[in-house]
Amino acid sequence: MQTWFENLKHQFDLNFIQRSRWRFITTGLGNTLLITLLALLLGVAVGVVIAGVRSTYDKTADTARPSFGRKVLGFFNGLCKVYITVLRGTPVVVQLMIICLVIFAWSDNGVALASLAFGLNSGAYVAEIIRGGIMAIDNGQFEAGRSLGFNYMQTMRHVVLPQVIKNVLPSLMNEFIALLKETSVAGYAAVRDLTYGGNTIAGQTYSYFMPLIAVALIYLALVMFLTWIVGKVERRLRSNDH
Amino acid sequence: MTTDVLIRVEGLEKHFGGGSIHALNGVDAEIRRGEVVVIIGPSGSGKSTFLRCLNLLEMPSAGRITFEGVDITDPKVNINRHRQKMGMVFQHFNLFPNMTVLKNMTCAPVTLRKKTKEAAEATAKQLLERVGLSDRADAYPNQLSGGQKQRIAIVRALCMEPDVMLFDEPTSALDPEMVGEVLDVMKQLAREGMTMVVVTHEMGFAREVGDRVIFMDGGRIIEQGSPEAVFERPQNARLKEFLGKIL
Repeated sequence: MQTWFENLKHQFDLNFIQRSRWRFITTGLGNTLLITLLALLLGVAVGVVIAGVRSTYDKTADTARPSFGRKVLGFFNGLCKVYITVLRGTPVVVQLMIICLVIFAWSDNGVALASLAFGLNSGAYVAEIIRGGIMAIDNGQFEAGRSLGFNYMQTMRHVVLPQVIKNVLPSLMNEFIALLKETSVAGYAAVRDLTYGGNTIAGQTYSYFMPLIAVALIYLALVMFLTWIVGKVERRLRSNDH
Repeated sequence: MTTDVLIRVEGLEKHFGGGSIHALNGVDAEIRRGEVVVIIGPSGSGKSTFLRCLNLLEMPSAGRITFEGVDITDPKVNINRHRQKMGMVFQHFNLFPNMTVLKNMTCAPVTLRKKTKEAAEATAKQLLERVGLSDRADAYPNQLSGGQKQRIAIVRALCMEPDVMLFDEPTSALDPEMVGEVLDVMKQLAREGMTMVVVTHEMGFAREVGDRVIFMDGGRIIEQGSPEAVFERPQNARLKEFLGKIL
C-alpha cells in the first residue's frame, strides 16, 4: 500500500510537475475549448444557412410559381444536399486531415484550421437538426401566418422560428457536447489540443496511465457540466411550455 | 347587402399530384360585398380547396380570381397585401402557441399595419370584450378550450380589419357543446355586415345566416341559391341525396 501510494506520487510528479509538464494539459485544454467554441459558431452559421435554403425550398414546393428565382433556389438546395451528404458521409478525422494537410498545407495555424474543419462538419449536422425542427412545426402555423398577410420571411421570423428554437435547443446543445469530444482527434493534424497534450507528456515520460486518465477526467468534467446546463435549459423550456 | 362584387372566380381549376387528382374542375362564382355565402358538399367535393384558393393558400392550376378589382392570380401582384384584407379561420384554429392571446392578435397589425402596440392592443381588447373573452388576454392558447381558441382565432383575423372572412370548417374540430359559442360569434359578425364565405357542415347555420348556399360535388358547383331554395326545393339528384343523408 505504502509503495503503491509512493509510486502514484512519483508518477504525478514526473508527469505534471517536472519540467512544468502540466502546461501541455492547460494549453491543450485552452485550445480544445477555443476550437470547440469557434467550430460551434461556424457550425451554427453554416447550419442556419443550409437549413434555411433546404426548408424554404421544401416548404414552398406547392405554392411557388416556376420562375428564375425558384431555379436558383433549387440549385442551392441541391448544393446543400451534396454538402450534407459528403460532410456526414465521411469521417471527421479525414476531413480534418484534408483541410489541414491538403487544402491549407501552407498554413500552420492549427487551431484555426481545426476550428474550420470541425465547424464545417458540425454545420452539416446542425443544418439537419434545425431543418427537422422547422419541418416539425405544424403547417397550420405557416398558413395562419400567411393568411394574416405575413410574407414567407416574416412568417418564419415572427411565427415559426421562435417555436423552432425552443424545440431544437436541447438537440443543438447535445450536438455541441458531441463536438467537444470530437475535437480530440485534432492531434491527427498535429493540432495541440487536450488529447494531444496528454499524449505529448506520455511520449516524454513513457508513462501513459496518468496523463491519459487526467485528460479523460477533464473531458468528463466538461461534458458533465454541459449536460447539467442542458438539463437546466430543458427544464426551463418545459416550465414555460405553452 | 349591396350588389358590388368583392371576389370573382372564373374557371378555377386545381390539380394535385402532378395533375392526377382534380380537386376543382372549372369553378365560376361571385362573392358580393356584405354577403354570407355558405358552401356545403360531401367530403372530397373540393369545397375547402375552393376556399383556400380564394386567398391563394392553394395556388390555382388554372383560372382567375379577382379580389376588389385586382386579379390576384397575376404573378406580379403582391398577394401578401391582399391577404391582409382576407381574414381566414381554420378548422384547427392555428393559434400561435408561443404567444399570449393578446400577442396572437396584435402581432400582425403591429408588424404589417405599422400600428402602435397601444392602438393594436386597444382594438384587440375591444374585440375580446365582444366575444366575451376579455379575461383571457394574457392566457396562452393551450390554456383555452376549443371554443375559446376558435373565438380567439376569429378575432385575431378581425384585428387586421379584413373586407372578407373565410371560414374553413370552423366548428368541425370542436366538442359539440362548444359549437354554439363559435356560431354565435359568426352570426354576430354576419349581422354587422361582414362578407363571409363559410365552408361548414352546420346546416342550421346555413339556413339561419346564409344569404346564399353553394353545393359543391366533384370539384364543381352543382347548385346554388337561397337557403330556402337549396334546402326546401333541391333540384339536383346529388344535392337531394346529400341532404337526405345529413338532415
